[in-house]
Amino acid sequence: MIYNTTIDQVGCSERVKRIFSRSIKKESKMWALKKILSMLDLTTLEGSDSPGKVKQLCYKAAHLHDKHPGLPRVAAICVYPNMVSIAQESLKGTNIKTASVATGFPSGMTNLRAKLDEVKYAVNEGAEEVDMVISRGHFLSGELNYVSDEIAKVKEACGNAKLKVILETGELCTLDNVRKASDLAMDSGADFIKTSTGKITESATPIVVLTMLEAIRDNYHLTGKKIGMKPAGGISKSKLAIQYLVMVRETLGNDWLTPDLFRFGASSLANDVLMQIIKQGQGNYQSSNYFSLD
Amino acid sequence: MSKNSKAKKNSSTTWQYSNALESVDHISISPIYNLYIGGKFVKPLTKKYFNSINPANEKKLAEIALAGKSDVNKAVLAARSAYDNVWCRMDSAERGKYIYRIARLIQEKSRELAIIESLDGGKPIRESRDIDIPLAAAHFFYYAGWADKLDYVFPGRKTSSIGVAGQIIPWNFPLLMAAWKIAPALASGNTVVLKPAESTPLTALKLAEIIQESDLPPGVVNIITGDGTTGELLVNNTKVDKIAFTGSTEVGKIIIKSLAGSKKKYSLELGGKAANIICEDASIDQAVEGIINSIFFNQGHVCCAGSRLYVQESISNQIISKLKNRMDHLILGDPLDKNTDIGAINSNAQLKKIKMYLDLGKNEGGIIYQSKHSIPKKGYWCAPTLFTDISQSHRIVQEEIFGPVLAIQTFRTIDEVIAKANNTPYGLSGGVWTDKGSKIFQISKEIRAGVIWANTFNIFDPTSPFGGYKESGIGREGGLEGISPYVNFINRT
Repeated sequence: MIYNTTIDQVGCSERVKRIFSRSIKKESKMWALKKILSMLDLTTLEGSDSPGKVKQLCYKAAHLHDKHPGLPRVAAICVYPNMVSIAQESLKGTNIKTASVATGFPSGMTNLRAKLDEVKYAVNEGAEEVDMVISRGHFLSGELNYVSDEIAKVKEACGNAKLKVILETGELCTLDNVRKASDLAMDSGADFIKTSTGKITESATPIVVLTMLEAIRDNYHLTGKKIGMKPAGGISKSKLAIQYLVMVRETLGNDWLTPDLFRFGASSLANDVLMQIIKQGQGNYQSSNYFSLD
Repeated sequence: MSKNSKAKKNSSTTWQYSNALESVDHISISPIYNLYIGGKFVKPLTKKYFNSINPANEKKLAEIALAGKSDVNKAVLAARSAYDNVWCRMDSAERGKYIYRIARLIQEKSRELAIIESLDGGKPIRESRDIDIPLAAAHFFYYAGWADKLDYVFPGRKTSSIGVAGQIIPWNFPLLMAAWKIAPALASGNTVVLKPAESTPLTALKLAEIIQESDLPPGVVNIITGDGTTGELLVNNTKVDKIAFTGSTEVGKIIIKSLAGSKKKYSLELGGKAANIICEDASIDQAVEGIINSIFFNQGHVCCAGSRLYVQESISNQIISKLKNRMDHLILGDPLDKNTDIGAINSNAQLKKIKMYLDLGKNEGGIIYQSKHSIPKKGYWCAPTLFTDISQSHRIVQEEIFGPVLAIQTFRTIDEVIAKANNTPYGLSGGVWTDKGSKIFQISKEIRAGVIWANTFNIFDPTSPFGGYKESGIGREGGLEGISPYVNFINRT
């Protein structure tokens, strides 16, 4: 394959500005807020994670705000491989998925065998979704075949688990590279493409997300395959999350507005969305003390 | 997919944006507007009025005075007297202060002006709010700054003001065109009689109120409303020293004929049929967005619209299918809804003209595609449209339609596209889309047009001169060059 689609950053920013100027009010806002909750991958990826913390997060995932019935559950919990079995256990009986990062997350600086072993371990523990990282060093030095083979082998190791490929766009330098990495990942077997690990300063930015969504659209028109998208990191406010839904709707259409094809990797976003939902109903904002910290 | 309010239902799988209407509670439109002459609103001596309507629902907004011969004379005399007695004698820095004040007042009232612009002309509030009104204020600010620096505009040359400028403006950017005309005229020391377009006089009359509030000396700016006859009377008035006109090439030619032999100076900004050229190495999605902005901005009522699209053949299928997809995602409807992309056609007459061209294109054998929008029952509307399978010989490729209608052709070589782009009597603007800088320079150098945009389209700035080659006009507006139509050059001895 030749990957030579270029992205004009100025034009891309102008399109983002236009998309973000949409005014989402009343029923359409409520619809979006609830949809955002159902698209959340609640995430905890700290070296200090404990079984207790993971259990708390899982409970929260299934009980976002019990005082307000009718709210959806989040899509998935995203943890490190050694926390997968605890998450699995805690989420029993819910339809919330367990996702695990793997392949030497977040840097990916280890050999292929170790990466594949980690993926198999996570899947054996019960992970239904695997979030891998690409080898940015190889990508940037032009070894596209290496990166492609790696993704294909990880996909094989995933078995039935869904594969999300993290491009870590903050390290890819240009939008041309973001586009190239998106095309490469989709051709190599990604079910989802994902912006960031959340472990470096620059995470999901609007121009990057738009570039990836456009890559997914072109891939769909070419192959008929619907690939999912997951922006991660830096999305903590409802307003921004709604603007991303507008971006999805106007780039890919309503078909992509489902947790099967669009996710948010975020943790503090949940409470802000809950606060907005309750404000839409009651007319005033509640203190943050009314929303659980987990 | 229906866009009217009742059908805007969300289901579990489809998401529709709720109405986001701009509130009209805080704006004031008088039921009746008179002529602004000598600093006062005066009744027309003709005793005649005409209606200004909202093209989105055909409802009457206000009654507008129709200026006849005596009214035009009165306005020109007021401008003459203000010029002789006050304005040309005033210290230039003082003149600048008044222009700054007008600019600030436009900013203060920008919300109200934007809403009235959308009510009267049918353009989406997003455009009037984000483009028309801020740019109008920017033009006044820009030229206010030049008022006391005129000696430095043309190095080595001295200038003087001309006198009374008669200015006739079109209906596509009513307030913005008033700003383009009035600001440089005042800054260079002239007085003005301005005639707004018949179908969109309201923001110009609001501007008259602003000018009154700014304490500008009476008679320096006079605003007279009316139809084509009023404009003709202004052009032929013997006490006018300069005519500035923006509008159709057809009327521009009539004006030049009637000015021949007179001492009046003139500047004209006329029609266009711009070529927008997409090379195969362009960034595709950004180019598609650029095409949308080039032809569907302001419903295509733009003299510099990129109405002739040339796509390199290797990417033409891709571009056209993406373009159709993007057109279907545009939101057509109430101009006052903040999410509206495509508003109403400005008038019934313009809609008829556009429809005539749609029929013509089909009869000539062009393949038409119109976006899948349901059209409101009341008002004047035209869905975004494109034509393929057409050539340079088709009239829809040759003539200015002034509507949301795009004529698409393909090309193989750069030489071929340059020849085709220049194969038109017009020369106002053009666009080129490519990832290669060298190609931008090659194409933009060889296309005979006043403005060439590279990897963007329809971007305006008061510092940048705008105007046409060939039958697209004479003179420039904006930038330093925008001052020269309003001054005489004095030979140094």
